[in-house]
Amino acid sequence: MEIKKGIAVSPGIAIAKPMLIDSKDYRIPRRSILPSNRAREIQRLRKAFATAISELEEIGSSQDIQRNNIQDIFAVHMRFLRDRSFRKRITDFISKELVTAEYAVSAILREIASHFAGIDDPYISERAADIYDIEKRLLVFLLGKRQEEVDHLREEVVILAGDLTPTQTAGFNKSFVKGFATEKGGRTSHTAIVARSLGIPAVVALGDMSSEVPPECVVIVDGYRGVVVIDPDEDTLSQYDQYSRQMTQFTSKLNELREFPADTRDGFHIQLMGNIEFPDEAQMVVEKGGEGIGLYRTEFLYLYGGQEPTEEDHYEAYAEAIRAVQGKPVVIRTMDLGADKLPHAGWHTNESNPVLGLRSIRYCLQSLPLFKTQLRAILRASVLGDVRVMFPLITNLQELRQARMILRDVMEDLDEYAVPYNSELPVGIMIETPSSALTAGLLANESAFFSIGTNDLIQYTLAVDRANEHVSTLFSGAEPAVLRLLRSVIQDAHKAGIGLSVCGEMASDPEFIMLLLGMGVRVLSLAPPLIPEVKKIIRSVTVEECNQLSRKVATMDSHRQIKNYLRDATTRILPETL
Amino acid sequence: MSKSTHEIEVEICNPEGLHMRPAMQFVDLANSFHSDISVSHQDIRADAKSIMQMTMLAATCGTRLKITAVGPDAGQAIQALRGLVENKFIDDSETAVGEKEGSV
Repeated sequence: MEIKKGIAVSPGIAIAKPMLIDSKDYRIPRRSILPSNRAREIQRLRKAFATAISELEEIGSSQDIQRNNIQDIFAVHMRFLRDRSFRKRITDFISKELVTAEYAVSAILREIASHFAGIDDPYISERAADIYDIEKRLLVFLLGKRQEEVDHLREEVVILAGDLTPTQTAGFNKSFVKGFATEKGGRTSHTAIVARSLGIPAVVALGDMSSEVPPECVVIVDGYRGVVVIDPDEDTLSQYDQYSRQMTQFTSKLNELREFPADTRDGFHIQLMGNIEFPDEAQMVVEKGGEGIGLYRTEFLYLYGGQEPTEEDHYEAYAEAIRAVQGKPVVIRTMDLGADKLPHAGWHTNESNPVLGLRSIRYCLQSLPLFKTQLRAILRASVLGDVRVMFPLITNLQELRQARMILRDVMEDLDEYAVPYNSELPVGIMIETPSSALTAGLLANESAFFSIGTNDLIQYTLAVDRANEHVSTLFSGAEPAVLRLLRSVIQDAHKAGIGLSVCGEMASDPEFIMLLLGMGVRVLSLAPPLIPEVKKIIRSVTVEECNQLSRKVATMDSHRQIKNYLRDATTRILPETL
Repeated sequence: MSKSTHEIEVEICNPEGLHMRPAMQFVDLANSFHSDISVSHQDIRADAKSIMQMTMLAATCGTRLKITAVGPDAGQAIQALRGLVENKFIDDSETAVGEKEGSV
């Protein structure tokens, strides 16, 4: 039994067999296999070699390669792949050490590479790069097969990984994934967001988990306390069974709130909406009592399927969500990915700082065909319900005007073909950069609504990468700098009389609900499974006491002081949540 | 055919040592013989037919290698490999053949 402590990012308890997922971009952890699976792993290795060889044959026969020096490099790779003693070294390692094929490949090739790298002769030490190339070629196949296994799961599992990329999670068969446990990541990493929206427990930042996950064991993911137990003993297992049942009872009690409005004790209505990633989650928003979709992330369309989504792909996804919420509002956010994350963009330039690079609306404004395809689908879907469109990462008025101009272009195109759409489609923006927060007054003149994306706003304001475990403790929504920006955006929106919501993680953090209400927020959009809990808080407070709390917080000077104050206030109201 | 053992010592004298292309040529040539061929450098011994083992020998310019061949065509194998090394792995096949003939 091994107990690991991490950060709880999505509540719940999962007890299931582990499914291990590795990425070629990280060190491949040592994974043990049962002796009876030796032959299977060796067979996988054989297939990886055969695939790599046929790939190289294909590349080597192409015309541009033939005349080039690269041919030599491929010829060397080919000889390595056909070298029996090389392959034997890897199969021997699998048999003797009882490890997975991918670990054996990684371990042996790295050993060879470091042998080369250590030789004091530039011609030879350079060859280490060739070995890494061969390693990658073999791993792409081996890990690809593992990913296929995850996509076609037949039994319940918890996913154990270094970190999960959107592409990996997009393919998961969600009905069989019961929990996530990752070595890296933070409260707002992709794994955390996906887990919360699916309503399954997740623990991240567990550190090195590679040390011996025994084959055929059970893993417990405790998304309340941020604990993962690998291969638990009988006692631990039965304790967790009981604990899990208690928590389920508490959750079902919260779900009884579904029929009650999210009104404060002094009669103010707070609109609670759901953030979704996949169209099938719209149903969960309704089940949890959400009053619409406040943030429909559309990135999954670009990450799944291997090619750029067609207008029909977009349209069908939007239509499904719009129909599910039966006339309630649906805010569709346009593509919010970095160019580096788009698998089919053909983008090979390495950006030294992608978070500040070509991404999101910036990428869309430079890739008009892609942007227009999405806008056309949104416009066509706009007649199916109360649809609104939202542009992410706006930093100035110019960008907003450009985006709106393109939207008008698309409208004119649709007019030409007499395709119906809502010509009054409300156009809003995400406020998630300090520059847009500081100029919210200007932006409000040309926006129908604002949605504050607290995750990015915090990251850009505090200059902290939330996924970097070395600085993630500096990432705090309670920083006075962040709260000042929030306050001023809220005031500017009210002054202009436009809609305002908060759709970042802060909107689902029990400790921040009173503060947001006190600062004047009346619309929150959050992960659907968390709606009942937030509703319970809202129904337990008065706006008057929230206002007082907010005024008090405005006088405080450190995030720690603010955080403690907010925690105490929340604990008094709803002790079970913390 | 009778089994015989042949052995020879050569010095790597091309500036790149047993770099990619030379190592490849060496291994390809070794593989064209039936004999078992090994190459040793100090106390490390490598199978001349394995590119992994040959490159891991890290034979830089000036390294002395002992080539041992055991098998029916051991003599020819040794001569051919010596020719390749002594001609500094010149890969233009026509020149290589010409020079090889001259040196044998």
